[in-house]
Amino acid sequence: MTRVPERADFLRGARHSAPFILVVVPFAMLFGVVGTEAGLNIAQVMGFSVLVIAGAAQFTAVQLMTENAPTIMVLFGALTVNLRVAMYSASLTPHLGAEPLWKRALIGYVLVDQSYTAAILEYERRPDMTVKQKSAYYLGVMAVITPLWYACTLIGALLGQSVPAGLGLDFALPITFLAMVAPALRTVPHLASAFVSLVLGLALAGLPFSLGLPVAAFVAMIAGAQLELWMARRPT
Amino acid sequence: MTQSPLEVWIIIGLLGLGTYLIRVSFLGLVGDRQLPEWLLRHLRYTPVAVMPALVAPLVVWPVANAGQPEPVRMVAAVVAVAVGYFTKNVLLAVVTGFGTLLAGLQFLGVS
Repeated sequence: MTRVPERADFLRGARHSAPFILVVVPFAMLFGVVGTEAGLNIAQVMGFSVLVIAGAAQFTAVQLMTENAPTIMVLFGALTVNLRVAMYSASLTPHLGAEPLWKRALIGYVLVDQSYTAAILEYERRPDMTVKQKSAYYLGVMAVITPLWYACTLIGALLGQSVPAGLGLDFALPITFLAMVAPALRTVPHLASAFVSLVLGLALAGLPFSLGLPVAAFVAMIAGAQLELWMARRPT
Repeated sequence: MTQSPLEVWIIIGLLGLGTYLIRVSFLGLVGDRQLPEWLLRHLRYTPVAVMPALVAPLVVWPVANAGQPEPVRMVAAVVAVAVGYFTKNVLLAVVTGFGTLLAGLQFLGVS
């Protein structure tokens, strides 16, 4: 019966995954469509979604493969797109690092934009959570998202072109992430960090392999942390 | 594409492995060890430092509009941020942001 509190956190995570369904369903279906049209068979399309399980990296790889880029460039391009996930991993370590290795291995497998964002903002909102509660919440989010990711990739691959477009679903991802991160802008350094990220994200958007994103994020983290220090030191 | 089935599977396998190593990197290697305070201070800004740079190009140059700036999507993004910032309610921010988008697209008759 000692598991009951964590069960509540697991279910809470599952509930909080709701907005992401809007993002994941069309995104996964689109990958299924694009992958099959590029010439992958269904097993290969599913191989991408199960083994790589990273939307942006998958699209980048398929794009580079259709351009007949050398294998090493396909890998380099797709992995660079995913560099931000190393920041997520570091950021989650103080919260989840105390879990046993097998659980950290599982947490790592399903570390994506959605699980990271939902979890880290929940940990900020409820700082009294235990490590077990934190991982239960995280896995609750992904218990919904991961099967949907697989299933909708398969549906997209099977249906091909007949997947309906439109309804503004392309914009579900920006809306969802903005809605989640806006409440986290609690202090002046947070606002400054977000502003630096916004400006650099646009200014560096032209860099190859989405390298602008990790660079912008890196500088924005430094900006936030340094401003926090400077404000703390300033005589009041 | 001209890759053989074997080459495709090699790409999938290596990409899966590489992505996984990026993901477990800190979680797996650092584990329970205490990170230095200066690093923790920086890591606390990760979500607000990543998300705007991730989302801003999608808002300003939306793929659905052939990469051209488009007012309805920009207004919808501003609504989502403003509602999220002032109400601290994520779901309300998603609903009002997406509602703004759908209403705007309907009103202007674009997609």
